Amino acid sequence: MSTVAAPRPIPSGERDDEYAPRHVYRPHRTGLPPMRSYLQQLWRRREFAVEMVRTNLRTQHFQSVLGLAWLVLNPVMQALIYFVLVNILRDGTRGSVFFAHLVAGIFAFHFVSQSVSRGAKSVVGGGRLILNTAFPRTLLPISSVMTSFVRFLPTLAVYAVVHVAAGLPIGLHLLWILPLMLILVLFATGVAMLVAAAQVYFRDIKDFLPHLMRLWLYASPVLYYLDEVPDGFRPFIDANPLTPMLSAWSDVLNAGDAPSLGILAWSAGWAILALVGGGLFFISREREFAVRL
Amino acid sequence: MPSASEDSSATQGGVLLDGETGRPEPRARSVAAPLQPGAKWAVRVANVSVTYRTTVESRPTLRKSITRLGRRERAVREVQAVRDVSFRVPRGKVLGVIGVNGAGKSTLMRAIAGILPPTRGKVVVNGQVSTLLALGVGFNRNLTGRENVVLGGLAAGLSREQLREKYDEIVEFAELGNFMDMPMRTYSSGMYGRLAFSVAVNMEPDILIIDEALSVGDARFKRKSFDRMRELCAEDRTILLVSHALRSIRELCDWVVWLHDGELKMKGRPKKVIPAYTQFLEVEEDEVSEEDV
Repeated sequence: MSTVAAPRPIPSGERDDEYAPRHVYRPHRTGLPPMRSYLQQLWRRREFAVEMVRTNLRTQHFQSVLGLAWLVLNPVMQALIYFVLVNILRDGTRGSVFFAHLVAGIFAFHFVSQSVSRGAKSVVGGGRLILNTAFPRTLLPISSVMTSFVRFLPTLAVYAVVHVAAGLPIGLHLLWILPLMLILVLFATGVAMLVAAAQVYFRDIKDFLPHLMRLWLYASPVLYYLDEVPDGFRPFIDANPLTPMLSAWSDVLNAGDAPSLGILAWSAGWAILALVGGGLFFISREREFAVRL
Repeated sequence: MPSASEDSSATQGGVLLDGETGRPEPRARSVAAPLQPGAKWAVRVANVSVTYRTTVESRPTLRKSITRLGRRERAVREVQAVRDVSFRVPRGKVLGVIGVNGAGKSTLMRAIAGILPPTRGKVVVNGQVSTLLALGVGFNRNLTGRENVVLGGLAAGLSREQLREKYDEIVEFAELGNFMDMPMRTYSSGMYGRLAFSVAVNMEPDILIIDEALSVGDARFKRKSFDRMRELCAEDRTILLVSHALRSIRELCDWVVWLHDGELKMKGRPKKVIPAYTQFLEVEEDEVSEEDV
C-alpha cells in the first residue's frame, strides 16, 4: 500500500502542505506571533476599525448638530472651569492668551485621556467577538483611538475661534500641529493598547483610571506654562511623556514658534516607546484574551 | 496513482478517521473544489494539545491580586483543555464533535479557527474558516443586527463588497426583516441564534464551525438549517458541528469524534460512536436524552 508516504507517527508527509494551505497554526515559541503576517492581517482588517469608529459615532448621534455640540461641550466646560480655577489662584492675572493655551492643552489632553479610557474598555467590551473570531485584537484599541481622534477634530474648530479671538498669530508655523498630532496619536495608541491589555487582567483599572487621568493632567503643562514650574518640581514634570508633546503644542499654538528639534525628538521618542512597548505587550498577550474574558 | 495514494493514506491508522477514504471521487476534486485544488483534507489536527492559564476569579482586579500577593496566593489555574488530539476532516464532509460539557470541544474548535494557538502539535486548515461560531455576531447588544453583522464580518476578514452581496441573503435566511435595524438587546434568543447561524452559513466559508447553534430556532428553522448545511457540503465545503443533540449529529454527520476530558476517546462513523457515547452517558448518569437541547 504505502509506497507514496512512509508510515510515520504523523503520516502527513507534508503532502497537503505542498498545496499551500491558507492557515497553519503551530505553537508560538516566543510570546509573539509571527509579526509580518500579524501586521498583514491587521492591514487587511482596517475596514473593521473604520466601521467600528463609524458605529461608535453613530450611536453617539454624531451626525446631528446637537450631537456635535454635545461632543465639544464636555471639553469646553472643562476648559472654562479650569480657567476660572487657575485665574482665582492667580489673583485674576490670567488673560485671553493664557486661556487659549489652556483650551488648546485641555483639548489635546482630552483626546489622549479619551483614547486611553475608551481603549481600556475596548478589549473587555469585545466579548463574543474575541471569543469567536480570529482577528488581530489590536484593532480594538486602535479603533478606540480613532474614535477619540474623530471626536477631537471638532474641538479644534472651537479652539480656532478662541485662537482668533485671543489675537494669536496665524501663519504657516501652525502647520507644526500636524506632526504633533501624529505624535499624540501614536503615543495615545501605545498607551491605549497597554491599558486595554492590562484591563483584561485587572478589571478595576478602569475604575481608578479617571483619578490617574486627573493627576496626569495636573502634571502636564496645561494649567500652567512649562517655564513657570518651580525648579523643585521640574524633574517630576519632565518625567511626564506628555510634557514635551504639550509644551511643543503650546509653543506652536500659543507662542507662535516652531518647536525646537530637541523637544520634537523627545516627544517622538516617547511616542515610539509607548507604541512599541504597548504594542508588544498587547500582542504578546492577546492570544490569551479568549480564555480570560 | 491518485486513488492508490488516497487509499494508502486512509489506511495509515491513527490520525485518520477509520475506514473510508475522505473523498468519493478523486478525479472530481479539481472540478468540485474551486478554492484549494489538490488539498483533500479540509482540516488536519496533528497531536494538538491546548493548555492555557486562566484566572479562577470571576472578576480579576488589581486590588485583589495585591492583597493576594501579601498572602502569597495565586489565583491562576492551568487548564489542559485538549490533550494530544489528532484527526483529519475530509473535504465536503460533516464532522460531528460530541462530548460532555467541559470535554474541550469548544477549545478545540477555537484552535482550528485560529483563535487559540495550540500549545503543542499543529493545525492545518485548507481554506477559509467561518469563525462566526454560534454566537460570533451580537458581540455588542446595543448595536443593531445590521451593525453587528457588518462588524463581525469585517473582523472575520470579509470585504465590504462581500458583505454587501451577502447581506440580503443573510437577512432573508434569518427571517428577521425589520429587526435588523433594532438593537440586538431587543432580540429573543431564537432570533439571536437565527441571525448568528444565518451569518455563518451565508459567508461562503470553506470550513464552517458550528458550536451548539442548532439548539436555537424552531423546528422549521432547524429543518432549513439542515438543508442549508447539506447544500454547503454539496458545494464541497466542510462542516464541523459541535452539538449535544445526538439526533442531529446522527442525521447530519459523516464522521464523529468524541472528546472526553480533553482526549480523543473515539472517532468513526456516527453509528459506531454515538451508541458508545450514549452508553457511556448512561453509565455516568442515569438519565440521558437524545435531544437534550
